[in-house]
Formats: sequence, structure tokens, C-alpha cells
Amino acid sequence: MRFLPHTDEDVASMLRAVGLTDIDSLFSTIPVDCRRTTDLNLPEALSEWQLNNRMNILASSVATFPEYRVFAGAGSYEHYIPESVSYLLGRSEFVTSYTPYQPEMSQGTLQAIYEYQTLAARLLGMEVANASLYDGATALAEALLMALRITKKKRVALSSLIHPFYQQVVRTYLGPTGVSIDEIPYDKDGRTDYASLKGMEDCAALAIQSPNFLGSIEKLREAADLAHDNNSLLITAFTEPLAYALIKNPGSEGADIACGEGQSLGIPRSFGGPGLGMFAASMKHVRSMPGRLVGKTLDEEGRLGFVLTLATREQHIRREKATSNICTNNSLCALASAMYMASLGGTGIKELARLNYDKSEYLKGQLKRAGFSIPFKSATFNEFVVEFPDGFESTYKQLLKQKIVAGLPLAPWYPELYNHYLLCVTETASKEDLDTLVREVKS
Amino acid sequence: MNKSLGATGLILNEPLLWERGKKGRCGFSMPERDVDSFPLDGDILGEGPDFPDLSEVEVIRHYTRLSQWNFGVDTGMYPLGSCTMKYNPKVNERHAALPGFASAHPLLPPVLSQGILELMFELEKYLAEITGMDAVTLQPAAGAHGELTGMLLIYAYHKKMGSLRSKIIVPDTAHGTNPASAALCGFRPVPVKSNEKGVLSPEAIREVMDEETAGIMITNPNTLGLFEENIREIAEIVHAKGGIVYGDGANMNAVMGIVDMGKIGFDIMHLNLHKTFSTPHGGGGPGSGPVCVKSHIEPFLPAPRVIEKKGKFFLSDEFPESIGKVHTFYGNFGVMVKAYSYIRTMGPSLKRASQLAVLNANYIKETLKGTYDLPYDRPCMHECVFSDRLQEPHKVTTLDIAKRLMDYGFHPPTIYFPLVVHGAIMIEPTETESKEDIDRFVEALKAIAKEAAENRELLLKAPHNCRVTRLDETTAARKPCLTG
Amino acid sequence: MKEIGELVIPGDARYAEDHEWARLEGEDVRIGINDYAQDQLGDIVFVELPQVGDTFEKGEEFGTVESVKAVSELYMPLGGEIVAVNEDLEDAPELVNQEPYEGGWMILVKPSDQAEWDDLMTKNAYLDLLKGE
Repeated sequence: MRFLPHTDEDVASMLRAVGLTDIDSLFSTIPVDCRRTTDLNLPEALSEWQLNNRMNILASSVATFPEYRVFAGAGSYEHYIPESVSYLLGRSEFVTSYTPYQPEMSQGTLQAIYEYQTLAARLLGMEVANASLYDGATALAEALLMALRITKKKRVALSSLIHPFYQQVVRTYLGPTGVSIDEIPYDKDGRTDYASLKGMEDCAALAIQSPNFLGSIEKLREAADLAHDNNSLLITAFTEPLAYALIKNPGSEGADIACGEGQSLGIPRSFGGPGLGMFAASMKHVRSMPGRLVGKTLDEEGRLGFVLTLATREQHIRREKATSNICTNNSLCALASAMYMASLGGTGIKELARLNYDKSEYLKGQLKRAGFSIPFKSATFNEFVVEFPDGFESTYKQLLKQKIVAGLPLAPWYPELYNHYLLCVTETASKEDLDTLVREVKS
Repeated sequence: MNKSLGATGLILNEPLLWERGKKGRCGFSMPERDVDSFPLDGDILGEGPDFPDLSEVEVIRHYTRLSQWNFGVDTGMYPLGSCTMKYNPKVNERHAALPGFASAHPLLPPVLSQGILELMFELEKYLAEITGMDAVTLQPAAGAHGELTGMLLIYAYHKKMGSLRSKIIVPDTAHGTNPASAALCGFRPVPVKSNEKGVLSPEAIREVMDEETAGIMITNPNTLGLFEENIREIAEIVHAKGGIVYGDGANMNAVMGIVDMGKIGFDIMHLNLHKTFSTPHGGGGPGSGPVCVKSHIEPFLPAPRVIEKKGKFFLSDEFPESIGKVHTFYGNFGVMVKAYSYIRTMGPSLKRASQLAVLNANYIKETLKGTYDLPYDRPCMHECVFSDRLQEPHKVTTLDIAKRLMDYGFHPPTIYFPLVVHGAIMIEPTETESKEDIDRFVEALKAIAKEAAENRELLLKAPHNCRVTRLDETTAARKPCLTG
Repeated sequence: MKEIGELVIPGDARYAEDHEWARLEGEDVRIGINDYAQDQLGDIVFVELPQVGDTFEKGEEFGTVESVKAVSELYMPLGGEIVAVNEDLEDAPELVNQEPYEGGWMILVKPSDQAEWDDLMTKNAYLDLLKGE
């Protein structure tokens, strides 16, 4: 076995050193009735090349770009990841290290995370971002728990246009807490209907996603005013943070907590995980934040260095009174996104965001021209809803055979949106791809 | 090689990202603009983020230099107790990066994602076999997330049984995540002390277990590296009062193929794929924390679940008693691929990995005993816990010993945990360290003990060879500077 | 860590078992943590205090002090209403280390029961307690 360095001679001499003669007696403290009586029933070990074959077979059965044209977003986005980012991310000093508990030996991870925190805070327009959480949905659940802690209230209001999976995770997390969850309906323009919100005073937080699940850009400033008038917090969620390189960011619109999924910033889709739970807030709430934080400091000789800080919020110190049970930060994913943002730069990220918007608008226009209805009037970023005529289901299936995934049907989550599909266009789709899509859905 | 591994190398200084670059550069290959620009309402338009503009070369140099300030398993021995820093096989990384896996959209129709679903289905089966449990969910993204899932399962189980319970037993040797996860579900952790042998006694559990108590969270082997030998009796006590036994499987690397976790009374347990199953820690994550359960808990597992029908695989939400989702999609699939590759590479010789992990730890325990205080002098599992008691007369602490180890070219062990050992030094070598490397590590720790007696200044000022010396954590916490 | 002989324990204050000090100021009582407590905790990085107007019973938790790697609860040496808190500690928690009985005070309390004052230890009684520890 190539990962196990012990020769028979090593094993024998080590056993002698511990005063034993056979390896089984190492386990003498385990009572007999706790032990397995049979060998592990697992397939025999594969050689490296046999395993490569097996994995190639499994992976090749999956439909992916560029063989397939997948016009689906809904929380997972196809963006081009520069080779330089993938390459750097393979540096084993980053990959094979642990959480930086010993700062003198982990300055690479620590500075990189500090830089990630900075770029994330700048992108979201917030004062402070943490070192990251698991993913978008759990980040939103943590944000709501944080708001409940800060305000000491027992109710939250969630837009019905927050990603349905995020809403489900929130319900799972809050289930045992007894907190009541209000769902705010949406209006005819595809935005959250604030007017329907009544009696906000006992709400810890108002949570809005923008761009929302239908792709529409929400009026966050109105939501912020509404929340603040009622001494509650505005939590803004997101699934596509690239949008904030083009549209106003949550901080400038008055968000108290901004949280969501950072996958679109240079992280492969990987069937939904690992992703990047981005989490940012204002400095006055920093001690209520979940997750790790890296801070700047000096060493004994006055050199700049970085450490994990404000750790007294965390489970390893405060145990059951911690701000969260989380121990992980998705460090490597945070690093990927920082490398990606650095590669784009301020100029590049604006250009890329604009390109996403323009391509998506182009498709929207072409579909309209082809006679399809765009039911919601609000501005969108790189996703939008189309209403196809009755019977489109069979066209959709037909297109799968032609290696085109024509968006995602919305009916499973919004039964009233029968025949409505959510389409996503990023920079990876050429004009030709878009024209083909329009031609095919028409036929 | 008798010379110390520790040395200074060619390490370059590197400024912060935004102290580099020049407006107008770009390290990204921007696609050609083949559509017109469309108008956008000025009310919506923002300013865009203030990022530095860098060329590809600048980005590469920046992160390459930062990486060189880091120490990883590939650099050297990383004996962090309770973290299982074993070697991370390189071919697994390639598998996770295969386009069919890495580029897969999570909402593809099952007919277009069969290979992924099959891999998940098989991985669940393997993990059930390795633990001796009946069913598995791969959704939790990390160990603590698995614990939270476990607590939600316990909550759902008791709710179904019509008895909402308020407390949960957590031993004093537990990881901090245990009480924190329990508290998230509204359970009040009830601490119990381990006995003079470093394990839980059935009497201690009998004393606190009642019908208000939802169950117990128990790490086995525990964080002292000892097998909880009374586990079966403890489980019977908890079960007799209607409670659930939750097993924290963080230390599963000691007992693969050796202990049947189902037989010892666990109803629910989590695994850490990033510990036991060789997926890299990535400087803090991503991990993966599958939860394995017995059949009476299975109906409550998170949905959707992967099911098989006539050789085809599907994601099913048809589990009415499910606690719901705990992750946006299905968990950290990219991590699952690597664990799957590892299990297929090892096959039944996973047992050999556990045997050698335990051999390595016992070897360290025996060779360092006497040089360092060993509070529980018993056969250990995959890790052993020393303390700084013998160094106390020289006014040298665990922290100083840990920092000095860096100069010898080793990552320090876990320190000051578990809390029940004052000045704890918790060493977990894992099975992938060779005898020569372990001997070198032992020699280094012996040399440090000698230095503590003869030249304590060397330790107090350590590390000497790292890029920075000890950092001012007090000012960092008093005046937090968290962004630049 | 200081030896008992090195500790500064003023005679004009009273002490609680959890190492808080209390000093009478007219009708009110000023409260902080003593030299022994600040020395045990090490560098204090954050102090969390209640709001003016809050009331607590004797022995109730009124706040926390944090060092880099530990959190300790603060307990009321006697019950009453908070009439002032030391806002300087927000920016300068190190005052608790540097001058625990002066600039490092924490709260000013209007006691609800004068008898509770009499239950607090004098300097000598408190030093006896420490020697016993």
C-alpha cells in the first residue's frame, strides 16, 4: 500500500518498543463484544490506473459544458475559471495545511484569508467579512440566528423569492428554536411585496435576496428603511455576488448583514459543493458574528503578521454559549475566490459583470422577439424568467437530447408559475449559443 | 539524516494584494464581446468594488510566495491531535477535478448525472459498512455540521415519540463543537467528568440520565486517545431511559475494521471525511461530515436522498419525516469524490491503516514517557496526551515547547486540549508517518526537554526560523483590524 | 502570576468570593474585579457590561471579561440597579489590568438591600480566602 510506509521490520521493532508481540494486542483495551467479527466487506483495492478508469467512466456520464449548453443558474453558475487560479489552488502548502492555529507556520493561509475578508467586504460594501462559512444557505441560517441574538426577538420575515433551498435550510435550522417565520409574497414585477408586510415590530430580521430567485433586482433601500424603522436588521442574501460589480452592493443599500454563496467567484460547481458561505456585517456587530476571523498584528520584532482573532466568540472557547457551532471555514474556497477576484481586478470584474448582463439582456430580447413572454418587468442581472407556451415540456426534453438544458422549470417550487422557466446566461455563452437556443425553443 | 530538519530557506517578502498592481491591468482572459451593450437604470447601477488591477504574473507570484510561508502535510509531519493529518493522495485531487464532476450543475436531471449519483450511492454504502450502521446522509459539510444534523435528528426522534426533552449529556473531554451543536437545538448540555482512568464510568452516566435527557454525545475513542471501554453499558443506561446515543466519529481513524460502531450502541454518528478518509484540510476547509444512523433514525435523515431503482439512480424527496435540508444542495460532493477514491484505493486494508495509526501513537507514547509527563499511562488508540508538568520547574510551558518544535521542522501537536489535562500536548501521528520520521520527531522533543532544563531562553523566544516570531494576539483582539 | 504577598488589595473596599471588589460611594456602590482576578485572567481584551437601568440580584451574571483565549463571567457582589457603566473600557479594556481599582472600574450600582453590603468580605477575610485556595 503506497501510503503506508511501514516495513515488516519496522512493525516488529515498534511493537518491541511498546512491549507487544503482535499488532492485534494494541487493541486490548477494546472489549471483545465491541469488536467486529468479520473483515470489512469492501471491494478489493484498485491500482491507480484501475481507479482512474473507474472514475473516468463515472464522470463521463455527466452532462457538462462545453459538450452540453446548460442555461441554468439557480444558485450555481458557470463562469470561466482562469487556469492560473486552479494552478495556484493546487499548491500543497495551501491544500494540506490545517486551520492556522499556529500562526508562525501559517502566515500564507492567514494573509490570504485576511485579503479574502478585505475583498469580500469591498465587494459587498460591508465593514467586515468573516473567513467564510459552508455555503449560501447555511450562511443565511447563521445570519438569522445572529439577528435573533442581537435583537432578542423571536420572529423573522423571509422573502418568498429567497432561493427555495435556502428557505428550506433556514426552516431546518430554526425548527427546534420556536422562532416563527413569516413568508413575504412577491408582486407582479417579480420582486418582494413589502406592502404586504404587517407588524414588523417583533421581527428580528427582514431577509431579502437580491438578485432574487427569479433574477430580479430588489429595492433593498426600501427594505432597509422598513427594517430599521422597526428596530430589526436587514439581512440581504445572494446567490450571484458577481452582480455587485455592476449593481449597487448590499452595504450601500443599508444591509446590516450580507450573506450568500460565493461559488460564482472562481469555484467549480461540483454538483453543488463545496461552495463558499460569504458572510459580512457592520463592525458594531462583529462580536456576534459566527465563524473565524483573521486580524492584522505585529510580531515581537515589529513585523507585520496575521492571527486568528476574536476567538472568544467560538465554540472551542465558549462551548454552548458560542455564536455558532461552526469550526470550519471553507478556507480553500475562500482562497479560490480571492485569487479569482485578484485576477479580474476592479476593472476586469466590472467588465465581466457587464458582459453577463448584456448577454442575458440579448437573450431576453431575442426570446421576446420570437414571441415568448417575459412575465416580470423588473431589471435582472444574468438570470430571468420566461413563460413558454403549453406543451413546452416535451420541447425541453427534446432539447436535452440535443445537449441543451433550456433553463429550469419553476413549477416545482412555485406551482403557480407553471410553464415558467428560469434561464441563466453568463460570459461562457456565445451569441451563437444564444441564437441557437432561441431557434431551438421556437421549433 | 541526523541533522535537524529545521532550517531557514529562501523566503521572500510579499506585500498585501492591494499594494501591488496598476490600474488597467487584468489577469483574466476576458471573452470577446459579441453582443451590444444594453442600458441599465441609474438607480440600480453601482460603483463596482475597489479591487487592485493585477497581471497574471503578479497574481501567481503573490500567492506562490504566500504559500511558501505555510507548512502542510506535504512539507512534513503534522501531528495535530484529533485532526488526523494523514497524507492526502494526489490522484484523488485529479478525480475531483474531472470535468464531469467539477463542472456538473447540481440541478441537472438525474438522467444527465448518473455517474455522480452512483458515486454518492456507493460511498454511502461503504461508510455504512465501515461503521456498522444502517444508513448514511452525505449532506453535512463538516464535522460540526454533522453534529448539528445529529442533534436535529435526536430532536425529531423525540418529537415523534411525543416527548420533547431539554438536556443532553456531554463529557468534559468533548470537543467544543459538541455542546455548541447541542445548544443550537435548544438542548442544555449536562457535563460529566471522566474517571481516573480517563474514560466515562457507567455510574456517572446513571446519575445524570433521566427522562428529561435526550441522549448523550460521546467521542469514541475519546479526545485523550482512549477507548471508552464502558460504552456498551453506558448505551444501555441511556437507551433504558429512552435516550439516543450520538457518537462523534472524529477519531474513527483508530478503529476502522476493528470496532463495530453499531454494536457498541451508537444510534447516530458522524464521520469526518477530511480526517479519516484522507481528503485535505485546505487550511480550514472544505470538509465533509456524513452522518450514519441505525434504522430507527433513518426516516428522519435529511432529504433529498439518493435512491436506486432498477440500476438507475435518483434524488428523492419522498421522506415525509425528514428533518429537511441542511445544505443548499447535497453536501460537498467535491470532497466526497476524494474520499471515494481513497476507499477504493485502500479497500479492506483500511483496517491496516487503523492498526498502523495506533502503533505509531503507542510508539510515541512509550518513547517519550519519562521525558514528558503522561497523565494517563494506558495503551492508547491513535493519539496520546502528554503535559508540561515535568517542565514546570524550569518555568517552561506547553506553548514554548510547541513553538520550539517549529525550529526543528515539525508542526506542533494540538496544545491545551483536552481541557481535562493541564497544559495538554496531544499528539496524533497518523499511519502515514514512517518510523524514521517519528524517531526524528521524538528526538526533537527530547532535545527540547533538555533545552528547557539547560537553556530555557531558546524556548521562550522560539520560533527562530519562521518568517515571523510570536505575534501580538492581545492587540489583535483589543483593536481588531479585520480588513485592509 | 503574582504571589499573594505581591497583590494589591486595598483596605477601603469589600470583596466577593468571585474576586470582585465593591466600594461605597454615598448611597451607591462601585464595582470592578480585583488585582488577583486581573492577574489570573492575563491581558484583558474585551469587557461586556450591562446597560444603565438594568437590575440584577446578588450573584447574577452582569457581564463578561475576555482575554485572548478565555471568557469569564462577572457576578454581582450585591443586588441592585445599574446607575452607571465604565464606557472607557470599550476602547481601553487594558485599564482593568493596569488600574483595576481606579480607571478599570466596571459598574456603579444602587443597592437594593443594604444588608448585602455587610455580607461582603473585608480585606483580611478575603486574603484568608485566597490563602486557602
